[in-house]
Amino acid sequence: MTDIRLPDSGFYEAFRRECLTAVRNRSELFNPLIFFLSIIMFVPLGVSPDANVLASIAPGMIWIVALLSVLLSLDKVFQSDYDDGCLEQMILSGQSMYLMVIAKVLAHWCFTGLLLTLLSPVLALMMALPSQAYGALLLSLFLGTGALSFIGAVGAALTVSLRRGGLLLSLIIIPLYVPVLIFGASCVRSAALGDPYSGQLAILAALWLLSVMLAPLAMVGGLKISLEN
Amino acid sequence: MGWQWFHRLGSPKWFYEKTSIWQPWLGFSALALLLVGVSWGLGFAPTDYKQGNSYRIIYIHVPASFLALAGYYTMAIAGAVGLIWRMKLSFMVMKAAAPIGAVLTFVSLCSGAIWGKPTWGTYWEWDARITSMLILFFLYLGVIALQHSYRNQEAADKTSAILSLVGTVNIPIIYKSVDWWYSLHQPATLKLSGPSSIDPSMAWPLITMILAFYVTYAWLLIDRTRLEILNRERKSRWVQAIMGLK
Repeated sequence: MTDIRLPDSGFYEAFRRECLTAVRNRSELFNPLIFFLSIIMFVPLGVSPDANVLASIAPGMIWIVALLSVLLSLDKVFQSDYDDGCLEQMILSGQSMYLMVIAKVLAHWCFTGLLLTLLSPVLALMMALPSQAYGALLLSLFLGTGALSFIGAVGAALTVSLRRGGLLLSLIIIPLYVPVLIFGASCVRSAALGDPYSGQLAILAALWLLSVMLAPLAMVGGLKISLEN
Repeated sequence: MGWQWFHRLGSPKWFYEKTSIWQPWLGFSALALLLVGVSWGLGFAPTDYKQGNSYRIIYIHVPASFLALAGYYTMAIAGAVGLIWRMKLSFMVMKAAAPIGAVLTFVSLCSGAIWGKPTWGTYWEWDARITSMLILFFLYLGVIALQHSYRNQEAADKTSAILSLVGTVNIPIIYKSVDWWYSLHQPATLKLSGPSSIDPSMAWPLITMILAFYVTYAWLLIDRTRLEILNRERKSRWVQAIMGLK
């Protein structure tokens, strides 16, 4: 039997390592999810528990809260590897940094965006979202949180060497999140009204693809500068 | 030989000495153009049949908005040149461009709000063009904040150059937003090709004002870049000679 192997790019190993670190660091694993749930709990308490009011704001609120919980979890993406010197080793290892950062961000997305997407139907139920919008909510969050992770990781790479980069990270990334938020929320809103929503989904998919291709370039640049610093 | 001028342009000392000669001329023509444009626009251009005199804020609003967008390109291109050719000078231009752009965006937002009250009946509207200008303002603030949060000047330059390049993705969206989402804000009235939807008697003072803003922008940008050069090269011999310290 011949041994068929993919060219060894280190991508799989890097991805596996990230996932293992995330799973073993259990105290931080569920923080974005708990944050997501607790902010959604504030909406009926702060705005109105009336199902009609909730249903009308549900698409936007779920999307805003998903965006915030991705944003809050982002400064962790490169932080511990920067602190203990792993990032330097990754650059020195001769493996493609482009694939390395994609592996890191994909792993980050699996434990934030993907989990949020899987959890979202429960929240949609609590927010009285019309049932025909569930599919759109799942699909738009699936594509949209991927784009959010990749765009946001650029900010994480640029601020990784700063002591308190968290607030700065939010400030520089929020303007770049606007298109994703607009099309994500409008996708769910159209579905709730019974209108077609494939157009917004297509734009979200395009934003996702664009961010997967281009954002790693900026991340690698940012990480190299942070290490020289 | 062909690239010599390019490399010389990258030398802060050469730039500083050359622009000492240009600056008074630039400043003078900026002032003259502004005076002509303001008095023509405010005093002699005809009153609009629908908006009365309130339309005259166009002579501030439109040029400021133009330069707010062009200023972002200036900043991002200067950052890209700095990253690619490792020119110190172009990072200084980038740093100098950010606050000017932020102020122009703020002026554009404020003058738009003041104009909006008499014509649309509201100061603020979540319309595509206005919202995207607000995003542009936050993009500028992000670059400025990143620039100031690094102790190491080189790292600050390179990270804010990357951030401003990433932000350019939003600029075509802002530019085209009035054509894509038809809402309260009117589409562009001045067109380079094809007939404009504004009368020549109002368009000429507007063009003068746009030109005036461009020259003023160049003057301000060079002025701030020169300050930045003096600040960063303060330990070098030629700066100390200019300052009369040695």
